[in-house]
Amino acid sequence: MASKPLTLYDKIWNAHVVETRDDGTSIIYIDRHLVHEVTSPQAFDALRIAGRPVRRPELTLAVPDHNLPTTARRDASGGKVAIADPQSAAQLEALEKNAPEFGIRYIGDADDEQGIVHVVGPEQGFSLPGTTIVCGDSHTASHGGLGALAFGIGTSEVEHVLATQTLLLQKSKSMEIRVGGELSAGITAKDLILHIIGVIGAAGGSGYVIEYRGKVFEQMSVEQRLTVCNMSIEAGARAGLIAPDDVVFSYLKGRPMAPSGNDWDEAVRYWRSLHSDPGAEFDKSVVIDASTVEPTVTWGTSPEDVVAIGDTVPSPDSFADESKRVAAQKSLDYMGLTPGTPMTQVPVENIFIGSCTNSRIEDLRAAAAVLSGRKKANNVRWAIVVPGSGLVKRQAEEEGLDRIFTDAGFEWREPGCSACLGMNPDKVPAGERCASTSNRNFVGRQGPGARTHLLSPAMAAAAAVKGRLTDVRELT
Amino acid sequence: MEPIERVSGRAIPFGAKNVDTDIIIPAKWLKTISREGLGEGAFESIRETQGNVFDDPAYSGAPILIAGDNFGCGSSREHAAWAILDLGIRAVIAPSYSDIFSGNAVKNGILPIVLPQEAIDRLMEVAQAGEPIDVDLDTQTVTTPFQDRFTFDIDPFRKHCLLHGLDEVALTLERKTAITSYESQRASAQSWLTKGTEINA
Repeated sequence: MASKPLTLYDKIWNAHVVETRDDGTSIIYIDRHLVHEVTSPQAFDALRIAGRPVRRPELTLAVPDHNLPTTARRDASGGKVAIADPQSAAQLEALEKNAPEFGIRYIGDADDEQGIVHVVGPEQGFSLPGTTIVCGDSHTASHGGLGALAFGIGTSEVEHVLATQTLLLQKSKSMEIRVGGELSAGITAKDLILHIIGVIGAAGGSGYVIEYRGKVFEQMSVEQRLTVCNMSIEAGARAGLIAPDDVVFSYLKGRPMAPSGNDWDEAVRYWRSLHSDPGAEFDKSVVIDASTVEPTVTWGTSPEDVVAIGDTVPSPDSFADESKRVAAQKSLDYMGLTPGTPMTQVPVENIFIGSCTNSRIEDLRAAAAVLSGRKKANNVRWAIVVPGSGLVKRQAEEEGLDRIFTDAGFEWREPGCSACLGMNPDKVPAGERCASTSNRNFVGRQGPGARTHLLSPAMAAAAAVKGRLTDVRELT
Repeated sequence: MEPIERVSGRAIPFGAKNVDTDIIIPAKWLKTISREGLGEGAFESIRETQGNVFDDPAYSGAPILIAGDNFGCGSSREHAAWAILDLGIRAVIAPSYSDIFSGNAVKNGILPIVLPQEAIDRLMEVAQAGEPIDVDLDTQTVTTPFQDRFTFDIDPFRKHCLLHGLDEVALTLERKTAITSYESQRASAQSWLTKGTEINA
């Protein structure tokens, strides 16, 4: 008898069910756990208070990223540079102390391997296809680009994973986003995911795990797949998945924490079974035509507020839904934009290239390709590039990308979350605009009053050159 | 966490859609290593506006918050739940929540109630009139002094945990044997899974 065709999500879920309670809640085994300094101190404290050990310390990897300043971490004599903000310093010290106390592997702020957790996990081969990966950070969805079921959790769940290596979960619904056709020249993974969020909305994926399907994704590098899955949460989805294939396997082979030798061969044999079976049913299907995707930017304060770069700032009246009209007006007021203004006439004073969405080597190469032999416009006050990890930084320097950025007037920084969120010194001043390769254009996200326009690394570079939002295809 | 059976009192008529956790508690408040005192930073950017509902004395200490679609979207920060709890809120009523926020709420003894938009519109009116709202978790109902009665669905496990103030970690630790047997079965079937992670002392 033929068994029921399964989705990729079904397969990973089924492989991790420890047991299912009568009420439908399952104990799901967690293979990999990433920890950073912001959402973990209260979890470690709770373990200490209850006298509970960490069940499988080797399956958790701790890396500081959110609070770390991206300026030099060592002074001329090699000593540690003190962190000015006492609260940030205390949070970082707590992680530095908690990790060894509980026997957890810790990558320190001055280690070459340090970086944003979602860049470090894949880079170290810690994140693997078919595994369950969690972290107290919603952008854990990124690791779905390797074919892992990866999602963000709260601090109570961080504690739960540390103590039990499991989570109590209800299975989500499944959604396929099937992208047909090919992306036009100059259109990137970031443009595609922004476009998708615009189509399904910021709550469109709520309650679902998304599987991205279609040739477009098969043709993407791992870096691009990580960018797509990273922003699944901005569509409200718990996780995003792309079936693993040879592109993923060759990316992972030889990484420090990936299996090797016979173990590698066994792993790959298993990973090849990880795809949705023909005829597998999804609770919801969305079809997108890749050829319609333009270089995409946001105009408002929700990631669903997207528009093609050749379009204008929309009028609130253009929305059918009354509450969306109200929200759009509020967004425009906050963003200081007038309906009908061409997006290419919106000036930007700040450029941020970085974040767990777009700080990998390919992202830096794409931005550098646009900036090569060019300079930032005079009205661009602040332009920074923040590599996703120390290893990305080193690679970029070996390729000479750092020189291209600094020659163009950018600052070349140390790895961390930086100006994606207002937790470290990298902030955008109130009332100023930032062309940003990050993932959230929320009110106050990049600093109180800061105005964020989300876009791809190449588009951020183009905005830097012109001093306004720009169609990168004009510069190539 | 504190068990919950009933939540009664005034409700804050907030109602905004797509309220992200950066709005509920901005990043600068996340630098704490404790769960306490976050109410001070709750909804900070909204509270900069004069006449906002959170600083309206009519709703001071109100235990219920009425919100819009996709409440708590964005960042996974549990600080959002801690901040709301610190304001004294024990129940939120909205048409939908982000998955992570609703989970965080339950783990902190906050009841996230889902009701359709029409019910939310009606409860907003009741709340704006300063009239009390009554939430009964046991019977899964929301009622008002005007004979409105709305029933809501809730996952039975979440209901059980909220009614009894249960600690999920303790519950799962009772299933240690099942976890151990899962681990050993996987260790033999897929030994490669943990090969790169060993920590050499």
